[in-house]
Amino acid sequence: MKRYLPFILYGILCFVVIAGARSGLIDTYQQLIIMFIGINIILCSSLNLINGYMGEFSCGHAGFMAVGAYVTSILNVWLFTSSQIFGEPVLSPVAAVFLFPVTLIVGGIAAALAGLLVAIPSVRTRGDYLAIITLAVNYIVKSSIENIQVIGGARGFMGMGKVVDSMTGVLNLPWVMIWIFAFTAFCIWVLNHFVNSTYGKGIIAIRDDEIAAEIMSVDTNRMKIVAFTLSSGMAGVAGGLFAHVLGYINPGSFTIMKSTEIMVMVYLGGMGSLSGSVLSAVSFTLLMEILRPLQVYKWVLIPLLLIILMLFRPEGIMGNRELTDVFPKLRRFFPSKEL
Amino acid sequence: MPGTAFHYHKLFLNDGLITSGAYKLTLEMFFQNFLNALQWGSFYALIALGYTLVYGVLLLINFAHGDIFMVGAYIGFFIASFFLGSYAFHLPFALSGNVIFVFTVIITMVLTAGVGVTIERVAYRPLRKKGAGRLYVVITALMCGLVLENGNLALLGASRKSFPDLIEKSIYTIGGVTFTNIKILVIVTTILVFLFLEAIVRKTKIGMAMRAISYDRVAVLLMGIPLDIVIVFTFILGSSLAALAGILFVTAYPVLEPYMGAMVGWKAFIAAVVGGIGEIRGAFVGGFILGFIEIYVAAVFPSTLRDLIAFAILLLLLSLKPTGIFGIARAQKI
Repeated sequence: MKRYLPFILYGILCFVVIAGARSGLIDTYQQLIIMFIGINIILCSSLNLINGYMGEFSCGHAGFMAVGAYVTSILNVWLFTSSQIFGEPVLSPVAAVFLFPVTLIVGGIAAALAGLLVAIPSVRTRGDYLAIITLAVNYIVKSSIENIQVIGGARGFMGMGKVVDSMTGVLNLPWVMIWIFAFTAFCIWVLNHFVNSTYGKGIIAIRDDEIAAEIMSVDTNRMKIVAFTLSSGMAGVAGGLFAHVLGYINPGSFTIMKSTEIMVMVYLGGMGSLSGSVLSAVSFTLLMEILRPLQVYKWVLIPLLLIILMLFRPEGIMGNRELTDVFPKLRRFFPSKEL
Repeated sequence: MPGTAFHYHKLFLNDGLITSGAYKLTLEMFFQNFLNALQWGSFYALIALGYTLVYGVLLLINFAHGDIFMVGAYIGFFIASFFLGSYAFHLPFALSGNVIFVFTVIITMVLTAGVGVTIERVAYRPLRKKGAGRLYVVITALMCGLVLENGNLALLGASRKSFPDLIEKSIYTIGGVTFTNIKILVIVTTILVFLFLEAIVRKTKIGMAMRAISYDRVAVLLMGIPLDIVIVFTFILGSSLAALAGILFVTAYPVLEPYMGAMVGWKAFIAAVVGGIGEIRGAFVGGFILGFIEIYVAAVFPSTLRDLIAFAILLLLLSLKPTGIFGIARAQKI
């Protein structure tokens, strides 16, 4: 029973939020923030796998997010809506309710394939050279999308609003929010089990000492490829959700700035701490919204706050500990954390 | 965050730098673009030199460097305006444009070096003393860059400023290839700066200390080398180079805006890595390679493809030679 308690509590939380959204107690602005928190949790924890657990420096996460966002959006618009680009819907718009998660996962797979672009050179290079490769891949993805005129090029791509409409037409629920809740929980669950499994511990071994890991029969090349594809796949799913929250995407949303934002969340939360990633994604998103009235000064204040944080607590909120390490009583509920 | 830097960057390239539109490459076109590429690569090389200097000593990617370049351009703008008498205070005598330019360059380099050293003192050094991981310092550097960019935006507003024409532009034409004295100035300065840096790093005592620090930071202290002084010196060199690049950049393309450093900075960093980061020669060659690729790609293909092809080529270069052109893979001891 205790094993399932976190899931039950999370389920109740989701139910309350969805009920609140449905009844109008939580207005659309607050819903938007809640959805962004979910997306940021996925992005941050997936990047933490690379930058935190594996100790590499990937600074192009937004590129994979863009791949997922575009693939999912194009699939959905093509399949379920009548648009100028693709004409009549291929399937009945009603099917969107069931197939939406499928398209999200397809987007994730596409992003994971793009992640191979980074993963394969990562076998040969490490550190700063790998950082550059991720950076270049981010530019390449953005620039490629800008040059494909069919999907709008630099003007962006829209029509996802109709997909969401056709889903709410079947059953009036905040569908995008539901799927964000579901995928956030799924990603955290997968990552938690992955990094705590014997197989996944190879990733932490790579961070600590790659050569020693290799000697201890960890297939480092394979681990790196697995980590990169897993992480970029999750970023792709987050991108697909992001596209459907906004209903409009353009290549300008997936620049280095976006990657930096995700990176900041990872280091704010602490490298190699999943609960730290969740905490920092929540607090960073909220902080951004609270400081919104400051307008341009917001972007002076937030970096300054982070510099001060780095000076006094360079390891981030949680360091590489988990909440269960700080509050050992919580350990009862997360038996997988037992070492 | 607004993505102005990106549009702005493109604007420059289409604004007379490239003779674009002509898709067939004649010999004249080739030489014209060759000169353009030399100039464009000079900026990348100058900024990449700053990256590589700091990296060579501290193994720190100083992501604030592109923004120090921007700060340099702005300081230069204010000093030039001051000398030209745009403010309440007037000099009792009028100076000629060239003299003002020289003064502007010198004063800007000094002031910008101050900015660079301040950042090192306030943000990087405490982290270094604490022995924090390298990546935390990198993130701090990124944040410093953001503070500079957005602080500038908040203080001075989003309106673009235009740099006064200090040097009288003269245009020469030799065999159908036109070039300006500014272009020559930029290219020659970059080559001189490169030779100067090579001399410092290879021939002088402080240069030897800089190289020593990157090998073994503990042994360096035992040898009686003042670590902090050498690091401050490195930052002075790097930041004043960025200031020089900033002034030359706005002399060639006289528009200033807060995000001008971001994009150029990232690209120059990539150039430095392609050349082999930590190597002075590498930064110099990498900067020019990036300049050449960008100019020729934009001259032959539609300019929207420029980033795509440029980065694809760089990626290919890196996967062929993972440590960059001049970089040497350090043997790992087990």
